[in-house]
Amino acid sequence: MLRSLLPALSLALVLIAIAWLNPRAISYFGFSLMLNLAIPIALATIAQMFVIAGNELDLSIGTFVGFVGCVTATWLKDAPLLGVVILLGSIGVYALLGALIHLRNLPSIVVTLGMSFVWQGMAILILPKPGGKAPDWLLALMAFKPPFIPFPIVAALLIAAVVHFGLMRTSYGVILRGSGGNSAALKRAGWSLLRTKIALFALTGLFGVLSGMALIGITTSADANIGNGYTLLSIAGVILGGGEFVGGRVSPIGAVIGALTLALAASPLLTFMHIPPDWQVAANGAILIIVLAARVLISRRER
Amino acid sequence: MPEANADIIMPDGAEKLFGAVSLDIIRLDGAEKHFGAVKALAGVDFSVRAGECVGLVGHNGAGKSTLMHMVAGTLAPDTGQIAVRGGVEASYSVPRAQQLGIRCVFQELSLCPNLSVAENTRINHASLNGFGWRRKAADLIAAKLDEIFPGHSISASDIVGDLSITSRQMVEVARAFTVTQEPLELVILDEPTSSLDAHTAGQLLAFVRRFVAAGKSCILISHVLGEVLGNADRIVVMRDGKVVAAGQADQFDRDRLVTAMGGAAAREKAAAEIASGKPEPGPLRVRARPARQQDGNELVARAGEIIGLAGLAGHGQTDLLLAIFAAASRARTGIEVTAPVALVAGDRQSDGIFPQWSIAENIGIRSLARLRNGLLISPQREAELAELWQRKIGIRTPDMNNNIFSLSGGNQQKALFARALGSDAKIVLMDDPMRGVDIGTKLEVYDLVREEARHGRTFLWYTTETEELDNCDHIYVFKNGRIVANLRRDELTEEKIIQSSFGEAA
Repeated sequence: MLRSLLPALSLALVLIAIAWLNPRAISYFGFSLMLNLAIPIALATIAQMFVIAGNELDLSIGTFVGFVGCVTATWLKDAPLLGVVILLGSIGVYALLGALIHLRNLPSIVVTLGMSFVWQGMAILILPKPGGKAPDWLLALMAFKPPFIPFPIVAALLIAAVVHFGLMRTSYGVILRGSGGNSAALKRAGWSLLRTKIALFALTGLFGVLSGMALIGITTSADANIGNGYTLLSIAGVILGGGEFVGGRVSPIGAVIGALTLALAASPLLTFMHIPPDWQVAANGAILIIVLAARVLISRRER
Repeated sequence: MPEANADIIMPDGAEKLFGAVSLDIIRLDGAEKHFGAVKALAGVDFSVRAGECVGLVGHNGAGKSTLMHMVAGTLAPDTGQIAVRGGVEASYSVPRAQQLGIRCVFQELSLCPNLSVAENTRINHASLNGFGWRRKAADLIAAKLDEIFPGHSISASDIVGDLSITSRQMVEVARAFTVTQEPLELVILDEPTSSLDAHTAGQLLAFVRRFVAAGKSCILISHVLGEVLGNADRIVVMRDGKVVAAGQADQFDRDRLVTAMGGAAAREKAAAEIASGKPEPGPLRVRARPARQQDGNELVARAGEIIGLAGLAGHGQTDLLLAIFAAASRARTGIEVTAPVALVAGDRQSDGIFPQWSIAENIGIRSLARLRNGLLISPQREAELAELWQRKIGIRTPDMNNNIFSLSGGNQQKALFARALGSDAKIVLMDDPMRGVDIGTKLEVYDLVREEARHGRTFLWYTTETEELDNCDHIYVFKNGRIVANLRRDELTEEKIIQSSFGEAA
């Protein structure tokens, strides 16, 4: 019981700390600012969650987000049709990776680690120097200001709700999660494991594309290295949100909460604590270790 | 039933002569299967008719599972043919078997632990989709659980991984009997009661009889020979990949089955040996009081004793064994342990075996201190230990350096026994270790346990099979985490155990 509340609890803890350090941050404007980058992080975390649901890991999601960002800031603006084709094609590449990993029985860590260099290289080819510009419609979308509730929170709720419905409530979502729980049983029941793996990887590609586009919509221009931190952030978000590396145990709502927690803990909290920027990355890591350790301790006690 | 098989029929083609073809749900002719150099099936003829329950018995490794995988469509025979309702199936497969109404409950649990009971039901029914599928799936499985196991306490929304192994097996069995679009003609039950207690096993077998009486068919594989003798219409005995005997169930009795299977009938010997009385019990080894015990009852075990832990499955026996195991390394209130302890796990796949390791390494792990040579493990001493126990307990393998999974289930369990018995442990805890193990292996292990007890070892033995309690000197019956009865062997009867297990809610 406590275990399923843990993601929400850690988010609440971070929020309380922020409120205590800087009460003015708890406002419409404050949240819009602090959670600015939460949308792309949440989308990347959801992307990672799909492969983890199938007992795989994607070490290329960060550079993939960077690649998508470069495509978005160049082709998607200048030649929209070509941009769309490239982005759809990259989702197709993800699907093929899933097929390759299943058919050749390769470790996904190795394949996606290799792919991370491919995406990075292509991103550098597209944008050797930081630059480009996001399409206007994307800028307008990400600058949207709904009444009362800040946009990042609306977006997070929407992402969580859609993915929760798709993966946790639909009948094919059960099959996708089952492939991580007991693939032999699924095969015996007549389901194609090739198809589930392709579906999971394609979904990862899809949400990776969404993440890259959202990121460029916020930053307005791209950089080939812009998404590099997302690989570990997305894995941490899934685990923080109650997911497990094996066994098909994932939670979309938890993953989004985990991403929000990380986004808040990453920079606003540390800035308010007057931790110099030089130390923020290390402090970030320390927070991750503490939260994940708490999770392990609590789950162990409940068992 | 035709008269032709009134006697036991040897399988040299004679079986083909009886039974109208149209009545056969499934028929295999001359099925052969090789795995590398191993011949798993050597030309088997096998058939199941409508409205009959076929009992299939044989040692582990006799080829039963291979045969059943063929019936279920998960394995294709190398040679031979499969016919369903008289029509020869050229490309028989799992989807085809499901279309024809043939289902299988495999021995290893095949549920997804991360999904709920209802979601696991959905996996077996492609037609459970669209709006409201969750409701439909939940109703379907709940109704079937109610029908087979009235009084069960499983909810369709429970996550399978949180259920006990008994409940999981109940869900697995009930799921196999749920019907949506595809027909249901034949269910293969491979060791369906191995994790059930006597009460739920009885419910299941009664349901199987009703199912068969309604004109459906069933293949029942069980190592509990009484279950097969009492519930099958016809019995097929396998040995070394062949059918060695087949006939009406009333043509068989226990001894005849054991003889046909090739297991030396050692039961009389066992009984005689136990009757010959025991020397005086030695010094105290274990004194333990279950955490939830309120009265003064406690478990006492002395050197040289075999103590049985009985009662319905999951009523605190395993918990007490684990508490005793923990108490051996760190003091706990209410439990006194005076000697080193070893545990033989019941769920060998998840708690017993190191899947990547060889047989010898799996045996040696409990005795590393003795196998050490300086800082390293001496491969020679490890091999010596493994060989000693290979001989002593009869592990059937050409090479103890093979991976543990090259062994059949019964031999894997023997390796786990060798791990415990080969160690310095004076107390051996056994957590229902004989689950799904063939009778030949069981009898060998019983002998070994008694012999080791004579040499002063203490055994605490949790078992769900009442027959096994015959080997014990003293039996404690558990209910709701408490000891409710304390019987000497001469007081032991099945009625007494059932009485205590179901007795007043003390």
